Amino acid sequence: MNTEHGEIIWLDARCEVSLAELVRLSGLTETELQQLVDYGALVPVSQREAQWTFSGECVVSIQAAQRLRKDFDLDPNALSVALRLLERIRALESQLRALRAELPAGRF
Amino acid sequence: MKYKDYYAILGVERNADTDAIKKAYRKLAHKYHPDVSKDPQGEAKFKDVAEAYATLKDAEKRAAYDQLGRHSPGEDFRPPPDWGRQGGGQQSFDEADLADLFAHFGRGGGRRGAGHHGPIPIPGEDFEVRAEVSLENAYHGTVLELALSLPEMDAEGYMRHVPHTIKARIPKGATDGQRLRLRGKGGKGFNSGHDGDLYLNITLKPHALFRASGHDLYLDLPLAPWEALLGATVEVPTLGGTVQLKIPTGTQAGQKLRLAKRGLPKPHEGEGDLFAIVQIAVPAAANDKERALYQQLAEGSSFKPRGHFKGAVA
Repeated sequence: MNTEHGEIIWLDARCEVSLAELVRLSGLTETELQQLVDYGALVPVSQREAQWTFSGECVVSIQAAQRLRKDFDLDPNALSVALRLLERIRALESQLRALRAELPAGRF
Repeated sequence: MKYKDYYAILGVERNADTDAIKKAYRKLAHKYHPDVSKDPQGEAKFKDVAEAYATLKDAEKRAAYDQLGRHSPGEDFRPPPDWGRQGGGQQSFDEADLADLFAHFGRGGGRRGAGHHGPIPIPGEDFEVRAEVSLENAYHGTVLELALSLPEMDAEGYMRHVPHTIKARIPKGATDGQRLRLRGKGGKGFNSGHDGDLYLNITLKPHALFRASGHDLYLDLPLAPWEALLGATVEVPTLGGTVQLKIPTGTQAGQKLRLAKRGLPKPHEGEGDLFAIVQIAVPAAANDKERALYQQLAEGSSFKPRGHFKGAVA
């Protein structure tokens, strides 16, 4: 049994990733990521193409989109729709968690 | 090695053509894919389905799989001596996993690292695990021990799943839905391919008193009717210790009383707030003296709690 110690990286708005890093982290190609940006499903934090950077928050959704692309043979257009819906689900789940917390115990 | 019946997993005949295999896979992917399905067992089921499809959709892998013969699922078996052109090393099959065997099949006959065709860098796989943390541990920070089974290549060049324990220090400030990345702690890369990452999906364990919303915490605060009416100072528990909270005169049920910076710490700076939500609690059983006092109050009060009902319905 090997025991290893891991260094934690927060995937939040403070963690910005470059296009090259996002290619590595997501498993999508640079062309596919550019298409997602063209379709407006992925919005860079910095807009200049030579230095695109993205919020660390998007990494997990893009990984899920990549799994869907691979496992369902999605084309770039369908991938873009999937990513938008994943982001909406993430936002709704976060709102749902917030609302549940405000409800008195035992009512939900 | 344990046998898996890939045809049975996909629900197709052994002579099914590629289209039928693809169709069966897609149907099952819609049913069990963890990003789509609500089935709690979906992830495990989809893993089998994807493994079966990865082998059967590839003519070369499928032919090699068929050469293994027919066995019952879970049955221990050994591939024929000349199977997969690797030759020898039979004892190595005992602990091998069928998926590992086929995952990189075709690159040097299932055995890798020999460099017959020049080494192709293969990045390690990323893994995502759910990590449950108590609210107290999220508040103070904690170390999680994660037991994982990760694919690795052994000295003989065979893929194996090896148990690993990874100690991850969760800094204070993690909350529900937070994702953390452990760089290089996923599957090992080969031939200079980088190691995969491990992703932690943090969920907070339900707490007896507090509910988290981001970094804010919510607490139900029951007050006696007289405390709400007259005002009071009450003790309120927080994750950092008990504090005194002043209840203003005439506090209503449902009112949110904010205790600034008494929530969860935020990862980089600052803290969330703690909100105490007022509930008016009525004693379950009043004794004779209490009953008499309430009776006196009922007779002497001009309070009309439902005054706004009157005339409100046209």
